[in-house]
Amino acid sequence: MAVLNEEQEMLRDMARDWAVNESPVTEFRKVRASGEPEAFNRDAYATMAQMGWAGVIIPEEHGGSDFGFLSAGLVVEELGKTLTASPLVMNTVAASAIVLGGSDEQKARWLPRLASGEAIATLAVDEGPSHDPAKIETSVSDGKLSGTKAFVHEAHGADLFVVAAKDGLYLVEKGDGVALTTRKLTDQRSHADVTFDGAAAEKLANGGDSLLDDVLDRARVLTAAEMLGMAQQVFDDTLDYLKQRVQFNQVLASFQALQHRMADLFADLAQMRSAVEAGLQAVDAGFGVARAATIAKTEANRVMHTMANEGIQLHGGIGMTDEYDVGFYLKRARVLEQSFGSSSWLKDRFSKLSGY
Amino acid sequence: MATQIEPATQTDEDAFRAEVQQFLADNFPAELKGQSNALAGVDGPTNETPAQTKWREAVGARGWGTPTWPKEYGGGGLTKAQAKIIDQEFAKAGAYNPIGGMGVMMFGPTLLEYGNEAQKQEHIPPICRGEIRWCQGYSEPNAGSDLANLQTFAEDKGDHYLVNGQKTWTSGGQWADKCFAIVRTDKSDKHKGISFMLIDMDTPGVEVRPITMISGTSPFCETFFTDVKVPKENLVGEEGQGWTIGKRLLQHERTNISGGGSLARLMGQSLGDIAKKYQPTGADGELADAVLRDKIADFEIRWNSFLLTARRAMEESKAAGGVSEISSVLKKLGTKLSQERSELLIEIRGLQGLGWEGDGFSDGELGAVRAWLFGKATTIYGGSTEIQNNIIAKRVLGMLDHQ
Ligand SMILES: Cc1cc2nc3c(=O)[nH]c(=O)nc-3n(C[C@H](O)[C@H](O)[C@H](O)COP(=O)(O)OP(=O)(O)OC[C@H]3O[C@@H](n4cnc5c(N)ncnc54)[C@H](O)[C@@H]3O)c2cc1C
Repeated sequence: MAVLNEEQEMLRDMARDWAVNESPVTEFRKVRASGEPEAFNRDAYATMAQMGWAGVIIPEEHGGSDFGFLSAGLVVEELGKTLTASPLVMNTVAASAIVLGGSDEQKARWLPRLASGEAIATLAVDEGPSHDPAKIETSVSDGKLSGTKAFVHEAHGADLFVVAAKDGLYLVEKGDGVALTTRKLTDQRSHADVTFDGAAAEKLANGGDSLLDDVLDRARVLTAAEMLGMAQQVFDDTLDYLKQRVQFNQVLASFQALQHRMADLFADLAQMRSAVEAGLQAVDAGFGVARAATIAKTEANRVMHTMANEGIQLHGGIGMTDEYDVGFYLKRARVLEQSFGSSSWLKDRFSKLSGY
Repeated sequence: MATQIEPATQTDEDAFRAEVQQFLADNFPAELKGQSNALAGVDGPTNETPAQTKWREAVGARGWGTPTWPKEYGGGGLTKAQAKIIDQEFAKAGAYNPIGGMGVMMFGPTLLEYGNEAQKQEHIPPICRGEIRWCQGYSEPNAGSDLANLQTFAEDKGDHYLVNGQKTWTSGGQWADKCFAIVRTDKSDKHKGISFMLIDMDTPGVEVRPITMISGTSPFCETFFTDVKVPKENLVGEEGQGWTIGKRLLQHERTNISGGGSLARLMGQSLGDIAKKYQPTGADGELADAVLRDKIADFEIRWNSFLLTARRAMEESKAAGGVSEISSVLKKLGTKLSQERSELLIEIRGLQGLGWEGDGFSDGELGAVRAWLFGKATTIYGGSTEIQNNIIAKRVLGMLDHQ
């Protein structure tokens, strides 16, 4: 666990309390049962924003707290533990694009509303089912943006899209020229293919050539933070279960074969936590971000993948039931694993960044 | 099972192959081409179409769905070589074996070994004709891996038993006609107090409650027995022999779960071919993503060695007469590999491989997602991987518990 300052500790504890008491997995079940493509509870999101969570990385002059990504990650991790369905991660990533690349006027217009929860933004980059930011066809002429983005996270609730075009990132408001096709994935969250057909677009003109990569790295570390919370929860639940479940007249936890499995997972989780926290801290330090974010997401993918599988396996039959929560973590885990970089894409990037 | 007489000559084999081809030409409805056996699955009730009924009846009448089972009980009475020919010719014609389910996979072989003459006469022929669906009443809430801890009690009432208790995870319980169950007839001995009996699912006092699974379907149930009368003639073997018979059945189950042959068909298309449809390729048709390419090759190589192992084990166990403890090795390997394959399919397809529902996904893509989720159960049921490891370590390798 990273060394936290007092503010960060307070923020984490507040998020933990709220998630456990106000947003347990039963709340996610309600969202799922509602069948709404938006797939989050507006009242809950308003509360989250009131507590300042939508503005953690937004500068104070624009209504945020400017606590940074490590702090944002702490909140996201706690919410990940209870599978809280909300656009918080995507809104934070989209806001970071405006912070890095927006003009003073764009910042003044959007950041206060994104911080207060009055408006919601998301990021639309990929045009196919596998993450590949090098393959972008979306283009802009005369301030009109056209192209189709695939599996945009939290698209249904978004008022604003930060869209990657061939020549940079653009802001596009929902409305004319923006059409959503719902893509229901196994995690039962909001995903849509978004078609922009001559939609009015404003370029994020600052931030330089690396803006898209910088924003995607922020998406990677925050996604990894959500996965960290999920992995921690699956681990804790599984450990509890093994300590309770009796077979052969003894608790399962007393079998050495299972003790070693849990010890392996514990060690994996430690590595995942270090990598994720280092990724978040690198963003805050503004140094070595690409490499740290790549490591964070790759480790998150690896450990979460195994953790979800082991969580089900070690629960036995009960882990296969919809009534039990562990299956939800598996389904969300794979969606996040394939978002903003699958392991093979990330390993390729890592090799290139490392010069081999 | 009766000893097999191998076909004498190549000419005999050719003649038999011609016979199977003729049978297919006469009986297999073209509209069923490429379908799979709805009756064999456990994740849905069977509403047969007339063509499906016709095909089932035709195969059932010949006993070719259970080709090596004895003819006097409705089986095909054929040799393994002939069974293989049926398999090959059916596959060539795109025809499925319409006779399946737990009756074929595990209960039938067990009853042939342990049942009395009357039981075999009564129960085997309807299995061969695909008329009766069986379910497995083994697990209970507190008897999973520790199956012998089962508490469902059958009280001796003279001409019948009175059964009370609860089973769980009963696959297909809501659609089954009959249940083969292991129950307790003696509370004083954990293993020797267990008996194997057959219970009609429509007996008063049998109640099922479907459980929804993470894949979204409800293929299994909680099954409750309240004062259920089971006639004494439904006891298989002797009272107290249930653990021995029940374990034998599990070996058949394991062999089927890993079952080299059928899994090979299930696995279907090579992952590389699928990947080329979803992922960019280079000038020579090679996958551009070198990491993914390595993973696929790694998988396919290990899958290949699994098939070789399954074949070798089958050949070697032939002499020993059927299933054996090697089934633990095969079960452990086969289930893990098929899970890995499902995971790789997701990597290949990206988010397109994680669809839950909707027009944006093909049936194949959606089916693969549900199969990926359902597949997580294969390392849990039929004796979990951990239990297989215990069997291998203790019984095969002789590694003892430290006391
Ligand atoms: C889809 C599905 C279908 C099923 N169908 C049927 C059916 O038709 N009929 C039926 O009777 N049952 C059925 N089962 C039940 C299945 O056989 C049990 O789930 C299985 O035996 C495991 O028992 P359990 O669920 O109680 O897990 P537990 O026994 O509680 O095991 C939990 C975990 O602990 C591990 N473990 C347990 N003991 C040990 C040990 N000594 N050493 C190391 N690890 C250990 C297990 O491997 C597992 O990972 C089905 C299950 C599933 C998931």
